[in-house]
Amino acid sequence: MMLSAQDLVWRAGRRAIVDRVSLDVRPGEFLGLVGPNGSGKTSLIAMLAGLRAPASGTVTLAGKPLGRMSRRDLAHRIALVEQQAETGERLTAREAVALGRTPHLSALSPWSSRDDAIVDKAMADVDMAHLASRSWQTLSGGERQRLHIARALAQEPRILILDEPTNHLDIEHQIGLLDLVRSQDLTVVAALHDLNHAAMFCDRIAVMQAGRLVALGTPADILTRRRLAEVFRVDASVEIDAAGACFIRYRRPAAMPRARHAAS
Amino acid sequence: MTSLPLPSAEVDASQARPALAPLRFVAGGLVAAATLAAALALGAAVGETSIPVETVAKTVANRLWGAGHALDPIDEGIVWNYRIARALVAACCGASLALCGVVLQSLLRNALADPYILGISAGASSGAVAVAILGLGSGFVSLSLGAFAGALLAFGLVALLALGAGRGPAAIILAGIAGSQLFNALTSFVVTKSATADQARGIMFWLLGNLSGVRWPDVSLAVPVALGGLLICLAHARALDAFAFGSRSAASLGVPVKRVYAVLIAACAFMTATMVSIVGSIGFVGLVIPHAARLVVGVRHGRLLPASALIGATFMIAADVLSRTVIPGQVLPIGVMTALVGAPAFAMILIHRPVAR
Repeated sequence: MMLSAQDLVWRAGRRAIVDRVSLDVRPGEFLGLVGPNGSGKTSLIAMLAGLRAPASGTVTLAGKPLGRMSRRDLAHRIALVEQQAETGERLTAREAVALGRTPHLSALSPWSSRDDAIVDKAMADVDMAHLASRSWQTLSGGERQRLHIARALAQEPRILILDEPTNHLDIEHQIGLLDLVRSQDLTVVAALHDLNHAAMFCDRIAVMQAGRLVALGTPADILTRRRLAEVFRVDASVEIDAAGACFIRYRRPAAMPRARHAAS
Repeated sequence: MTSLPLPSAEVDASQARPALAPLRFVAGGLVAAATLAAALALGAAVGETSIPVETVAKTVANRLWGAGHALDPIDEGIVWNYRIARALVAACCGASLALCGVVLQSLLRNALADPYILGISAGASSGAVAVAILGLGSGFVSLSLGAFAGALLAFGLVALLALGAGRGPAAIILAGIAGSQLFNALTSFVVTKSATADQARGIMFWLLGNLSGVRWPDVSLAVPVALGGLLICLAHARALDAFAFGSRSAASLGVPVKRVYAVLIAACAFMTATMVSIVGSIGFVGLVIPHAARLVVGVRHGRLLPASALIGATFMIAADVLSRTVIPGQVLPIGVMTALVGAPAFAMILIHRPVAR
C-alpha cells in the first residue's frame, strides 16, 4: 500500500512551512525524515497522516486521495504517534493502549476477546505488560512513549507514522523503541532528530530544509559531510564500515582564537 | 477485610471478560433503575406534608394502570400532580446537566467546563428578563420560552465567535466567557434599569433555580430531551474516550472530530437550554457530578455517562427534597442547595484527587 505525496504545500500566513514536497513511501520500508528545527517535518507528517489538508497538492494512499477517505478507514491503515501527547484523565496504561482499537469498534462490533488479545500483545511488544494496571500519571516519559507506540500497534495499521518518537527517552529506550518499530511488519515514516539513529534504522532518509525536500536516498548516500554542513551546519566526519553501515562523528566548531591569546 | 487499592480494582472491572460483560450491563441497569425509582419515591413522599411511600406506590399504580386503590384524593393529587412531576423533572435536569458536564469536560479537555460554559445560562437569564421585565412578546411568550430563545441566541453567538476564533477548545472556552459576560451584563442592565424590587427578587429566584412551578407538561418536555440526549451521548462514548489525548489523537484514531464536536456541543446546548428554561440555571451539578462519577466508575465514557446521569438525577431529586424541607414553611432555591452541598463535595474531590504528574 503506497503512501504518496505530490507537491504538498502548507502555509502559515504567507510563509510556506512545507514547500512543494513530493515523495513516495514504499511499502515495507522505514523512511526517516530529518532536518533542522523548523524545517517542516511535523507539518509534513500531519499531512501524510491525513490530519491536515494541504494548502495545495495531494496525499494518496494506494492511489486514493486521503481527503476522500473517511477518518475511520484512514485509521484502519495509518496510525500516528505524536510528540508527547498527554492526558489529564486518570487512565490506566492498558486503557490508553485499548484506545487503539477505537477505529475497529462500533455498535455492531463491540469489544471482543480478540480486541483483548490484540491489546495484550501490543503491551507485551513494547515490554509494558507488567505495568498494565498502573495509572498513566505515575509512568515515566519513556513508559508513556512506549504505550503510545503500543496504542498505534493495537490499531493494526499498515503504515506507522511517528513524530520524533524518541524525544525524552534514555539511550537504551531510544534504540530499543526504534528497533521494536523496525521489527514490525509495517511501513514506517519517522521524523528523527538523531542522525546516527536515522542511519542505523532507516532504509531511506528524506532531508527537509526550510520546507523543502532537499535529498532522498539511502543513509550512506544522504549523510555526507558536505550535506551535514549545508543542511545542519555542523562539521562532522562520516565513516562507512565494511557492512555499509554509516556512522557520524561530530566535531567541535573550530573556535576563533581567543582575544587574550592573540594579545599575548 | 482485605483492602484492594482503588486503581487496580478499577482495572479489574474494566478488563471484565466478555462473558461477564452482558451480566454486568444488566446488573448495572437494574441498580440504576432501582436507585432512580427509590429517589423518585422519596421525592414524592417527603415534603411539607409527609405522605407514606405506600401511598405514593398506590397513586402510581392507580394512574398508570388503574389499580383502583382507595386513596385520599388530596394526597393522590399532591403526589401525582406536584411531587412526582417535580421529581421527574428534577431527575431529567440533574441527568442532563451532569451529562453535558461530562461531555464538555472531555471535549474541551478542561476540568472546570460545565454546561453553562457555552453562554447558555447567561442567555437564558437575558431572555427571561426580556420577557418578565421588558414585556417582550407582549404576554404571549412565557418566561420559559423567552429563556429558551435567549439561551439559544447566546449559544449561537458563542458558537459563531468560537468558529471565527479558531475552533479549538481554548477558542470555545474564551468565546463562552465573552458571551456569558455580555449576556450577564445585559441582564444586570435591564434589572437595575427597569425592574421593581419585586421583579428583581423574582428574577433572582428564577436564576437560582426553581422547581415549584413544574407540572406534567414540563415532564413531557424534559423526559424526551433528557433521554434523547443520553442516547446521543452514549452513541459517542468511544469517540469521547478517544479525546483523552487531544483532538489530534482522536482524529488519528478514526474519530471524525469536527462532526463529533458539532453534534455533541449542539446536543449539550439544546439539553441545557431546555432544562434551564424549565427550572432556571441550577449551578454546580454539571460541574461536580462528572468528577464524582469519575471517582466511582473511572474515566471510560461507556460507564461514566450513564453513571453521571444517574448520580446527577438522584442528587438533584435529593437537593430538591432538601430545599423544600430544610427550612419549614419556606422553599429555598434549589441552586442554593446544590451549591451548598456541591461546593464542599467539590473541595473534597479536589483534596483527594491523585496529583497529576
